[in-house]
Amino acid sequence: MSVFMVFRIALKALGRNKLRTALTMLGMIIGVGAVITMVALGTGAQAAIKEQIKATGTNTITVMSGNFTSGAVRMGEGNSSRLMAADAQALRALPQIQWVAEGATTRQQLIAGNQNWNSQIQGTNVDWPLIKAWPLKFGQFFTEQDVQSAAKVIVLGSNVSDILYGADVDPVGQNVRVRNHVFRIVGVFTAKGASSGGQNQDDQAFVPFTTVQKKIQGIQHINNITVSAVSAESIAAATEAVKVSMRTTQALAPGEEDTFRVLSQDDIIGFATQQSSTMTDLLAGIAAVSLMVGGIGIMNIMLVSVTERTREIGLRMAIGARGRDVLMQFLVEAIVISLVGGALGILTGYLFAELAKWLNNWPAVVPLDSIFMAVGFAAFVGIFFGFYPARKAAGLDPIEALRFE
Amino acid sequence: MPVISVRDLQRVYHMGDHEVRALRGVSLDVEPGEFVSVTGPSGSGKSTFMHIIGALDKPSSGEYILDGKDVSKLSKDDLAGVRNQKIGFVFQGFNLLTRTTALDNVELPLLYNSVRKMKASERHKRAMAALDIVGLTQRFHHMPNQLSGGQQQRVAIARALINEPSIILADEPTGNLDTRTSIEVMGIFQRLNIERGITVMVITHEMDIAEYGTRLIRFRDGRVVADQKITHRRNAADELAALPPPEPDQMPHEEPAQQAH
Repeated sequence: MSVFMVFRIALKALGRNKLRTALTMLGMIIGVGAVITMVALGTGAQAAIKEQIKATGTNTITVMSGNFTSGAVRMGEGNSSRLMAADAQALRALPQIQWVAEGATTRQQLIAGNQNWNSQIQGTNVDWPLIKAWPLKFGQFFTEQDVQSAAKVIVLGSNVSDILYGADVDPVGQNVRVRNHVFRIVGVFTAKGASSGGQNQDDQAFVPFTTVQKKIQGIQHINNITVSAVSAESIAAATEAVKVSMRTTQALAPGEEDTFRVLSQDDIIGFATQQSSTMTDLLAGIAAVSLMVGGIGIMNIMLVSVTERTREIGLRMAIGARGRDVLMQFLVEAIVISLVGGALGILTGYLFAELAKWLNNWPAVVPLDSIFMAVGFAAFVGIFFGFYPARKAAGLDPIEALRFE
Repeated sequence: MPVISVRDLQRVYHMGDHEVRALRGVSLDVEPGEFVSVTGPSGSGKSTFMHIIGALDKPSSGEYILDGKDVSKLSKDDLAGVRNQKIGFVFQGFNLLTRTTALDNVELPLLYNSVRKMKASERHKRAMAALDIVGLTQRFHHMPNQLSGGQQQRVAIARALINEPSIILADEPTGNLDTRTSIEVMGIFQRLNIERGITVMVITHEMDIAEYGTRLIRFRDGRVVADQKITHRRNAADELAALPPPEPDQMPHEEPAQQAH
């Protein structure tokens, strides 16, 4: 008998009991749908995290001062005072590096008129807005001249400006007091949101790093260096070059422990996506269990169906169906159920992913490979769980089957 | 040449330790155009005989020539082909596929016909022709549950005819039918037998049903104990004409409202 005939017979048999067929399919629909939805949400979340991290600055590499050891006492990371402006200066010479910003941070009370606010004061240089790809809302960023002269100029983050002066008020030209110093506001950043570390980047104020060193804190060292590679592709090479340059300027002997730590944006993205992909795998795994249950549901119904249709099988054999015709019929029935169920499941999963996108503003991407995986799994379930009932049907003795009540 | 020729047919079942000898050496010939009634009490071996004649079962020993071909040693798959091509089954319980139109039911053996593949349109044509023979062309799209018992059995007869078999094998074809419908169904067998020369074998335990045939074979204890010509053959068409017409409420599926699509 031709394949076409087998399909014809199987489809007619399925059509004869639409409710049973639909209920059996439901297991597959829910199983495949759940897998697709979970994978879509997970993949979407991963993409969104990547996007957010990229938004914090392009191709950024951060050099942080390492731990320092005083006698046998090891202090925590960032406590070393060995990171100097000279280290940053050396990085400027590297061909893989585009921009370099020295960083000296402190937390201070900002006072403007009768308002005040405790915020992060970020000492940096003119490369900062370039590294972060961060435009200003009002005024200008401070100049190289300001850095050279450790001028008392300040650029406010949008939150700080809103708190001290009110929303959408241009405070450029006004003064704000930090400790005993009066700083002139030269600019206000646009809102940027949280960084990849979860820190609110708008609750910050920026001054020349020299000003932090000389006027606010009285220190020689800097806390960190933020650099950007010339392109996203060169970030690994740039990271390597930074490490080499740092070891030179820090005068470290071969084998000696690093006095600094280099963190590229790739590392940060890596951490974040690793977390979310673990989550995605977990959810997909749970969803796969429901796929399994759907498959067992198919086997269950097919087994019941074989018993229920014993007389039909006997009749088919009496009028000329061979064992393999019956086997193929039941196998094709199971495969059709699981494939059609799988296709509807993909559709359902896609719709639910879209719904989540629309309701919760959740990013959801249905990856192509998850669709192929679902279809493959559905076919496998059909063949695997359909084979046993089909073989049982094919092995029936026509005389016994015809007599079956 | 006989349609059916069996020689010393034996069938032994093994039930645990002991043997059941259902057939103990049966030899007979059936010529084309005969209408054979097979009777006997239950356990006489008539069912086993029918299963072997119908190629549903194989004899333990002996020879079975169907249409000039020895089928007693064929494989399972080849037997399925024999059932499809050479045998037309009619059962007591009709055995129509539920929720399947009369036309599709009649067509079913054509789908398993691997010798002669045909297009859907040709299958339809042949199925309609078979329904015409049993007088049911009007109801080709009806489901079995929309048909009376007699009509269902007529659909089953049309199905048995579709592959133009060498013999129609009917196992208690009137067992589920009332007297009037029984006569109707036996009338169809007689008509097929007389008008078209189709060989018919009816297995029944009712003597009055057996008397519609031309030859009576009686089984007892796995042997043929009587094989004779039926002298006073009943004629279903005449009997039906003599009966009063059926009351309207006995024809529940005749109203147009029932002709659901």
